[in-house]
Amino acid sequence: MTQPETTETANTVSLTIDGSPVEVRPDATLLEACRQMGTEVPTLCYLETLTPVNVCRICVVEVERNRTLVPACSRIAEEGMVVKTDSERVRHSRKMILEFLGSSVDLSAAEDEVGEWMEQYQADPARYGPQSEPTAAGERGRRHPGHHGEVNGRTAEGVHQPTKVDNTLYVRDYSRCILCYKCVEACGIDAQGTYAIAVAGRGFDARISTEMDLPLGDGACVFCGNCIGVCPTGALMFRSEWELRRAELWDPDAQSVTRTVCSYCGVGCNLELHTQDNRIVKVTSPQDHDVTSGHLCIKGRFGYDYVQNLGDVDRSSIDEVLAAARRPAPE
Amino acid sequence: MDLRFTDAQPTAAEREAVESVIGPARVDSHQRVRTASNLRIFAKGMQSVADRRHLLLPALEAVQSEIGWVSEGALMHICRELSVPPAEAWGVATFYSLISVDPSPPVVLHVCDDIVCRRVGALELMEGLEANGQTPNTRWLPSPCLGQCDRAPAAYIQRAGEDDQVLVSIDPRTRPIGPDGSVVAANGQQESPAAPQAGQAHLRILRRVGTVNPRSLDSYLAAGGYRALEEAVEMGPAAVVAEVKASNLRGRGGAAFPAWIKWEAVANSPEPVRYLICNADESEPGTFKDRVLMEDDPFSVIEAMTISGYAIGARKGYLYIRGEYPLATRRLRSAIHQARDAGLLGESTRNGVSFDIDLRRGQGAYICGEETALMNSIEGLRGEPRNKPPFPTVSGLFGKPTVINNVETLCNVLDIVADGGSNFASVGTPQSTGPKLFCLSGSVRRPGTYEVEFGATLGDLIELAGGLPEGRRLRAILLGGAAGSFVLPDLLEMPLTFEAASEAGVSLGSGVIMAFDQHTDFGDILARIAAFFRDETCGQCVPCRVGTVRVEEALARIRRDPQPGDLELIEEIDLAMRDASICGLGHTAAIALRSALELGLLE
Repeated sequence: MTQPETTETANTVSLTIDGSPVEVRPDATLLEACRQMGTEVPTLCYLETLTPVNVCRICVVEVERNRTLVPACSRIAEEGMVVKTDSERVRHSRKMILEFLGSSVDLSAAEDEVGEWMEQYQADPARYGPQSEPTAAGERGRRHPGHHGEVNGRTAEGVHQPTKVDNTLYVRDYSRCILCYKCVEACGIDAQGTYAIAVAGRGFDARISTEMDLPLGDGACVFCGNCIGVCPTGALMFRSEWELRRAELWDPDAQSVTRTVCSYCGVGCNLELHTQDNRIVKVTSPQDHDVTSGHLCIKGRFGYDYVQNLGDVDRSSIDEVLAAARRPAPE
Repeated sequence: MDLRFTDAQPTAAEREAVESVIGPARVDSHQRVRTASNLRIFAKGMQSVADRRHLLLPALEAVQSEIGWVSEGALMHICRELSVPPAEAWGVATFYSLISVDPSPPVVLHVCDDIVCRRVGALELMEGLEANGQTPNTRWLPSPCLGQCDRAPAAYIQRAGEDDQVLVSIDPRTRPIGPDGSVVAANGQQESPAAPQAGQAHLRILRRVGTVNPRSLDSYLAAGGYRALEEAVEMGPAAVVAEVKASNLRGRGGAAFPAWIKWEAVANSPEPVRYLICNADESEPGTFKDRVLMEDDPFSVIEAMTISGYAIGARKGYLYIRGEYPLATRRLRSAIHQARDAGLLGESTRNGVSFDIDLRRGQGAYICGEETALMNSIEGLRGEPRNKPPFPTVSGLFGKPTVINNVETLCNVLDIVADGGSNFASVGTPQSTGPKLFCLSGSVRRPGTYEVEFGATLGDLIELAGGLPEGRRLRAILLGGAAGSFVLPDLLEMPLTFEAASEAGVSLGSGVIMAFDQHTDFGDILARIAAFFRDETCGQCVPCRVGTVRVEEALARIRRDPQPGDLELIEEIDLAMRDASICGLGHTAAIALRSALELGLLE
C-alpha cells in the first residue's frame, strides 16, 4: 500500500519568534527554529550529535502561556507558539546561570563563546565572593548524599580539585566540569556504547565518575576519546595539550589544522590533525562528517605517534613536553 | 553494549540477598566469561536486558538491607546479573542517602534534624551522640524530615539483616540506642497513635483509622471494604472516570492538579500498556498524612489503586513508598498479600479485574517524590526529573501512558465511586471539593493529622490541634512545607482552599501547617530549609544545583552580618530557579526563605 503524499504546507509548523513568523518541520525544536531564522541562542549541554539532556538551561526561552521558561534545545515547536528569546526574564536566567557556573567552575579553557556571553549578559561571578579552597584529591568522589558541612557564606563553594592524571592519553580536570552530561552520552548511548562513566552522587556533589571512582584504565574505558571531543569546557583534555598548557607552551595561534583520512582501516573517518611546531598535539574529527559525527576510535584519536617517529626531523622546543605526556604520572 | 566488570566477587550472603529479589543467578560469578546460555544479548536480544534494569534499585536495597552496605563485589554481581554498566549502577547507588557504598556498621541511626525535630531536642540528641562517638557496631547520621513531626524527635534505624524501625518521641537526654545497637528502653515506640480525631462520626477519609484493624482484610471487609471496587466494576471503567470528573477531585500531593484530566487522558490513550503509580514517597518536611493512611488503613490504598487501575485500563500498578516508612511498608505488603490471597488483586481477580501491585521502596531521596524522578527511580535510573512535555499521561513509566496520584488523592476515590462524584463535589467549595487532610505540627498542643472539609480556616485547624501551649503566642505558620511559604497570624481567617490560598499568594502544598511561637529562632529554621534543598536537589540542572548553594551562602551572610545586596541576591537567584529549573524542587526552593525575609521574621 502506498501512502498518499502529503503537501509541504501541511507538513510544517508555524510559530512566532521575537515577533517574526517562522515555519519549521513538525518535529523541529525551538532551537532549530531559532537557528533557521538566524536567531542566536546560547547552548552548553546541547550538541547536534547527542540526545538533548536540557540540563544547563542556558538556552531557555520564554513561550507565551508557559509558567516557566522552556529549554529551546529540547522543546518541540508547536503551531501558534509565541516565543521570545531575549526578554528580560530570559536574559536574567541566562545571566544567573553564567554566574552560577563562573562562580563554581573554572571556565578559563571553555569555548570562546562562554566569555562572550559573560559580557553580553553582564554576568559577574565574582559577586558571590572568593572561591572556596580546592578539595583534596578524591574527596568529592567520596561524598555521601544527604548532608553537608557548615556553610559560612564567606566563600563561594566551587568544584575545584586536583586534575586526575591516570593515563598517558588524556586527563580529567573536573575543576572545569559544568556537568553537561555530554561526555556521558558520547561514552554511552549516543556514540561509543561503552558506558565507562556516569553521573554519580547528588546535588552540588554530583560528579562524572567511573564505577568506584576507579582510574580510567581499571574501568571500562576504551580510550576512544569521544568524551574529549564533546567537552565544552576543557575538563577533558589530551594529555599532550594539558602538558603544553602546564608548560605555558600551548599556543593556538601557532597551530594549524590539517584534514585527512584515517589510515588504520577502511571506514574512512576524517581526522583533523592539530599541529604546533610541526608536531601533532591533538586530533579531532569534524562533527558534520557523515562517517564520524565527530567521534573516533582510539587509533584515530591517539594512534598518531608513528607519524612523528620518522627519525631525522629537527628537534622542537615542545618535544620534551610531549615526551612528558607519555609518562604514566606527571612530575 | 560491551560491558566490562571488575573481578570483585560477592560474598555468599550478598549473592543470596540479590537472588531474593531478582531470582537465581544467570551468570556464574566465578567466571567472568559468560557462556551462550547465560549471555546477555543472545536469546531475547537487548530487550531482555532492558526488561531487567528496573530491578537495579531493589537489588541494591536488598544488599543494603541484609549486609548494611553495598560492596564492590555485590555491585559487580548485580551489574553482571542485570547487564547494567558498573558506572551507571555506581551512579544510581551513590544517588540515595540510605545506600552506603562504604563499609558500614550493622546499625545506622538516621536522626531527623529537620524543622520540627530540631526545635524539640534533636540538636541536643545529636550532641549526645556526637560526644559518645560512633561505635564499631553503630553509626549515626543526620537525616532530613522523617515524616514523624507529630511525634518528634524521631530517628530511623537501618539494621543489617533485620527489619528497620523508627524511633519516635525520643527523650533527647537519653541514648536512643546502646553501643551494641539495641534500642534503649523508654524509646522506640513504634505503633502509630491513631489520628487525634479517630472514631469521630463525621470523618470520611480517616473513618477507618483507629477503628478498623489495619492488619486484617476481614476487618476491612466487615467495615465495608471492597464495596467500592464492586460498584466500580458494575459501573464500568468509563463511568468511574466520569464520576472522578464529576467529583472535581484535585491532587493532594501539592500541585492540586485535577485527577480526572490524568485519568481521562490515559483511559483514552491508544497505547494498550498503561501504568498506575501511587506516589507514597511522602517526603515534604512537615508532611505525615499519607503515612497515617498507609499505616492505619492500608487496604483502602490497595483498593483505591485497584479501582484506579481498572478505570484507566492499567494491569500493573506501582506503589512507591519512601524507605523511611518501615511500618507502613510492612502493613502495605501484608495488605497486598492478603488481597492477592483473597482473589482481590492479581491477574484475574474474583471481580474480573486484572490488576496487580508492585511495591517499591525509595532509598532516601526527596526528589523521587517528583513524579518523573519517581518513574526514573523505578526504572533503575538516577532519580532525576525529566523535562516536560511529554507529560506522564503520554509518556510516563517505561515510556507508557501513566497516571500518578498521591496516596490521599487515591483514597478519596473510594467515596467518589461509592457515593457518586457529585456528592463528593458537594463537600467543600466548588473549586476545592471533598475532605482534606492537614498535618499539624510545631507549636500546637495536639500535633497530628486532621481531616476537615475544604473551607475550614487556618485558625480552625490550629484550634482543632488544641491551639498553642500555655504562654505561647503564634508568631508565624509554615504553610505547605519547606516548599511552601511562611504566613503571619493575620491569615488565620483564610479558608484553606486552593482558590483562597492562590489569592493570598500562598500554596496549601501537601497540607503542612507548622506553627511557630514567639520563641522561634527563625534564622536557624531558614538555614535548615536552605540546607535541605541543597542536600535534596538532584544536581541535574545548573540553576537548582548551584542556586541552592548560593542561597544557603547568602543566608549565612545575612544571619551573620547582613551586607547590602544579599536580600536582593536571594531574590535574583529565586527568580532564576523558578524560571529556569527543570522541576518543582528548583521552582519552590527559595519560596519559604523569601516569604520569611519579606515578613521580617529574621528581624
